[in-house]
Amino acid sequence: MSQLINSVLVLLVLTGFMLLGSSRLAACIRVVAFQGVLLGLLAILMQHGELTVTGVLLPLSTAVVKGLLLPWLLFRAMREAETVREIEPLIGYNLSIIAGSAALVIALWLGQRLRLPTEPPSSLLVPAALFTGLTAMIVIVSRRKALTQVLGYLALENSIYAFGTAIALRLPVLVELGILLDVFVGVFVMGIAIFHISREFEHIDTDKFAAPTNQPR
Amino acid sequence: MIKLLVLIPACAGIVAFFVGSDRIRRGLLISAAVAHTVLSLATWVVAPEPAMGAWLAEDPLGRLIETLTSLLFLAVSLYAVAYLREERSQPHSDFEEGFIFSNAREASFTGCLLLFLAAMTLVAVSQQLALLWVAIEATTLASAPLIYFHRHHRSLEATWKYLLICSVGIALALLGIFFLAVAGTDPDGSSIGLMMQDLRLNAHHLNVPWFKAAFVLLLVGYGTKMGLAPFHVWLPDAHSEAPSVASALLSGALLNCAFLGILRAQEISVAAGLADFSGRLLLIFGLLSMAVAAVFISGQTDYKRMLAYSSVEHMGILAVGVGLGGAAVFGAVLHVINHSLTKAMLFLVAGNLLAVYRTKNTGGIAGALSVMPVSGALWLLGLFAITGSPPFGPFLSEFTILKAALDQGQTLVALVYLAILAVILAAMAAPALAMVQGMPSEHVVPARSRSAALNVVPAMLGIVVFVLGVYVPPVLTRALRQAAHLLG
Repeated sequence: MSQLINSVLVLLVLTGFMLLGSSRLAACIRVVAFQGVLLGLLAILMQHGELTVTGVLLPLSTAVVKGLLLPWLLFRAMREAETVREIEPLIGYNLSIIAGSAALVIALWLGQRLRLPTEPPSSLLVPAALFTGLTAMIVIVSRRKALTQVLGYLALENSIYAFGTAIALRLPVLVELGILLDVFVGVFVMGIAIFHISREFEHIDTDKFAAPTNQPR
Repeated sequence: MIKLLVLIPACAGIVAFFVGSDRIRRGLLISAAVAHTVLSLATWVVAPEPAMGAWLAEDPLGRLIETLTSLLFLAVSLYAVAYLREERSQPHSDFEEGFIFSNAREASFTGCLLLFLAAMTLVAVSQQLALLWVAIEATTLASAPLIYFHRHHRSLEATWKYLLICSVGIALALLGIFFLAVAGTDPDGSSIGLMMQDLRLNAHHLNVPWFKAAFVLLLVGYGTKMGLAPFHVWLPDAHSEAPSVASALLSGALLNCAFLGILRAQEISVAAGLADFSGRLLLIFGLLSMAVAAVFISGQTDYKRMLAYSSVEHMGILAVGVGLGGAAVFGAVLHVINHSLTKAMLFLVAGNLLAVYRTKNTGGIAGALSVMPVSGALWLLGLFAITGSPPFGPFLSEFTILKAALDQGQTLVALVYLAILAVILAAMAAPALAMVQGMPSEHVVPARSRSAALNVVPAMLGIVVFVLGVYVPPVLTRALRQAAHLLG
């Protein structure tokens, strides 16, 4: 079992690097969707003892929302926005990867130092969650496109969810659903905003927000 | 009863999206607001039963914030109906850049207003910290469309900043809640959980390093939403680009809800005997917010932005008050009420000024007292009230905090606090006087008989602010004591 968990965690770390390194928007959306599926899988693997109905249904709904529904919304936003499909980062891909490697070192170091009261089933759990969170932060601050910033936000949510799984936090079902709903509605509203931004600015580059002030409309 | 408090605005909000007739929808808004206020006031007479396994319950602090939100919403909805009637749906021309824009559908605006109220009520009555998080994030989502009511690029930019910065900030608060759960877990796997009463009772069992980390994350996360510097960057844009109705609610009600999130963490910290640690953090962020606000208020030429930065200042004052502890907490809780009422009134009056003068530039306004006597007078008095001049409410609460700081021997804090208040008073008084005095330029036409509610509502708020400055009713004093009691 713990070997399976470890492979999922290694995949999670790899998605972080893919998010930092890929230049295509569509690829990034797929990476974040894959993260969502991995998280659902992780939550199921982490159940000790027999599987309960809610114990399977909740991770499953997480995987469906984060792995299918939200990516679908984002792909739609991307098509409607007819954006240039390149990411246009503020810092280059190589630099992003280097920053990611630094983040991995920090995450491993922090993961060693943070002592959880109960031993997690895999020593990789906390570092993987922290690393995903750090890559998400890099994406949020270093990418200009509104859609990429939303992807960063989603990856951040994913990392926090992964941390919750790592500490085997038993949140009541209602709260889990509430958090999931908030994330869903959040991305939905952001998707609508992106649609308006693209109509208003004819591209979804948040850097250009100030530009139209010089042109009379 | 508690469930009804959340359900009434939530259901009314959903219905409002689908009501075609303006008149029915506006009636719905008012009646939901009235029902909510009546119910909120009733909770002061009959203590409501906890609902949903004690997840929803009213404690003195929550009840205070809930009732304040409800009263403020009633006032704003009365104003909003008059505002929406004047703000017809045909395209407007932007007065800064001259382009043509239209407004969002009134149905979505009203619906979001009501959902916003439902989310804020849920924040105030949540006793489970994860549910509280869900509710605070919901307030962000319900209020974002309100900021984008005027459909143009500046409000869109403000909405985007608000959505993204607050969502990321609040995500950190969720991590803080998970840390808190770790802090409450024993090596044998038993856990305190995330209910407020359990956490208060067992606070001394919490693992201290994990709790400290949790507190920092919660402070940064909810502090982003509350507008504490340096996480306040979204606030001036959102508050100045939103229509005045929404600005009044954002500043007067929403910031309190985010503050409540921090107060819950502080309650646990006080119970755990860590008030020194958390109090110092609150003090630092509070003074920093006040200082940043003072810098940006000085020389500010946009009066709605000036009000927005003033909110940053007052959130700083609240953090300082709670950070000091003791008698200052009482002052801080009283200041929550005073700031909300005064700031809501000022934003509503700013809406009136904007409608007549069609500029947000302080320099573009002169002679407000002669063009629109009621709004002009309220603007002047309101600005004096918000800068802490006697005899208004904010003076009393700001003075209570200052006195507590001096009594505790925190002379340096008291001096910095006083110096910043003085700078802000000077920076806001000069443009305020220039705006109301003098002769208006010729192109200002006050004509168009405006609805009475647009003046009456801010005037009522102003009267309450004045009364609170000279007389705090014993009922309120008792409630404030109870609320402050758990905060050290």
